[in-house]
Amino acid sequence: MKTFSGLNSERIDALLASIRSVCEGLAEIRLMEVCGTHTVSIFRSGIRSLLPKNVRLISGPGCPVCVTPSGYLDAACNLAGRSGVTVCTYGDMVRVPGTDGSLADHRAQGGDVRVVYSVRDALRYAMDTPDKEVVFLAIGFETTAPATASAILEARRSDVKNFSVLEGHKLVVPAMRTLLSDPSTALDGFICPGHVSVVIGSAAYKPISREYGKPCVVAGFEPIQILACVERLAMQVREGRADVENVYQVAVKEEGNVVAMQRIEEVFQPAAATWRAMGSFPDSGLKLRQSYQEFDAARRFGLKTDGDYEPPACRCGDVIQGKVEPLECALFGKTCTTTHPIGPCMVSSEGTCAAWFKYGSVAR
Amino acid sequence: MCLAVPGRIALIHRSDSESDARTTATVDFQGSRVQISLELTPDARVEDWVLVHAGFALQVLDEGEARELWEYLQEADVVREIPVFAENPVREESER
Ligand code: SF4
Repeated sequence: MKTFSGLNSERIDALLASIRSVCEGLAEIRLMEVCGTHTVSIFRSGIRSLLPKNVRLISGPGCPVCVTPSGYLDAACNLAGRSGVTVCTYGDMVRVPGTDGSLADHRAQGGDVRVVYSVRDALRYAMDTPDKEVVFLAIGFETTAPATASAILEARRSDVKNFSVLEGHKLVVPAMRTLLSDPSTALDGFICPGHVSVVIGSAAYKPISREYGKPCVVAGFEPIQILACVERLAMQVREGRADVENVYQVAVKEEGNVVAMQRIEEVFQPAAATWRAMGSFPDSGLKLRQSYQEFDAARRFGLKTDGDYEPPACRCGDVIQGKVEPLECALFGKTCTTTHPIGPCMVSSEGTCAAWFKYGSVAR
Repeated sequence: MCLAVPGRIALIHRSDSESDARTTATVDFQGSRVQISLELTPDARVEDWVLVHAGFALQVLDEGEARELWEYLQEADVVREIPVFAENPVREESER
């Protein structure tokens, strides 16, 4: 566990000791990390194996790739198959299988699929190649949505006609609400995402703590942050409180990044969205406002993105809701591996199945 | 996918237009220089550390925190998984 080297190891030991004493004598505490970046960090550092037996960390729907419905991928593949169209995407999406193959498969068959680091690269490409239709796959939570909004505003200012986005942004707090309204997911608190919270602010979780009585603690993704977060959550459970706390104050303000939220607000409005294998939930995604609909790729090309289909026997839907662990899927490690992934939870490097597969030995 | 990375602003390129939206910066990520947008952090100054995600600075950070974060990312070997560092370690767009 090289992550716990050097000057942090004393702090880590102190935190672990404190967590042990806070949790002593308590019933099982089930904490969900909502964010895929946390999942990776938890597995990489072996935190699960260091916590007391009555603390369970459950991975949630926090990997944007894993929650994108297959219908969205099918629409993206459809676009990649058209001549004169270039699909620009974050790299994570390229290998995810849709109903009829992945974007990588379509690229191999001659489709124009480009991996970009930023939506700005996609917009620049559109400006440089006016004879092509450039479609950006706008997925991700609130961390990435302001970037998409900014690019759309810039496209409007610069009058770029050949740029559009395939809407797929999702919102974290509505997802947490959805999980809590399902009686079969028993949770005692949330490890709230760090970089989503940089944008939305820690205050965004107040409705969760207030309405559902669940503690919410914002953490960065270093192991020490995650442990500090677990300590706070356990403390709240012990004391019967449900508050919003923030152990990542160096980056996350209570109000978030106000400019970023304004950009989202200007271009998008909340709308029902389909979460892969979970269904559609009101106000859990973003759609372009009326005045920006000319940038809507689905509309421009007459496509639907909300269809959903699961590979038979794949349990990703239950995995991302924390209902089952990957080992409970019959395909895990057998036909479904990181080299031959079947479901999105195994494809994405932040997917829960991929984390279990890579770091399985330290899973519990 | 929501991972943001700390870097230090080396240069700020103000646009000639009246809006802040086109202001960009060359950010130094421990040797890799990438041009990013400062639209969402209009108060950022040269030499500030910023948390950058998908080509946008999201937050100004204090130096100690930024360095600690970077060290963790290096140690955990996460940085090279971010496309801009993996495929294009030193990338600077031409002045527009
Ligand atoms: S192991 Fe593979 S098939 Fe099973 S739930 Fe995970 S991604 Fe789906």
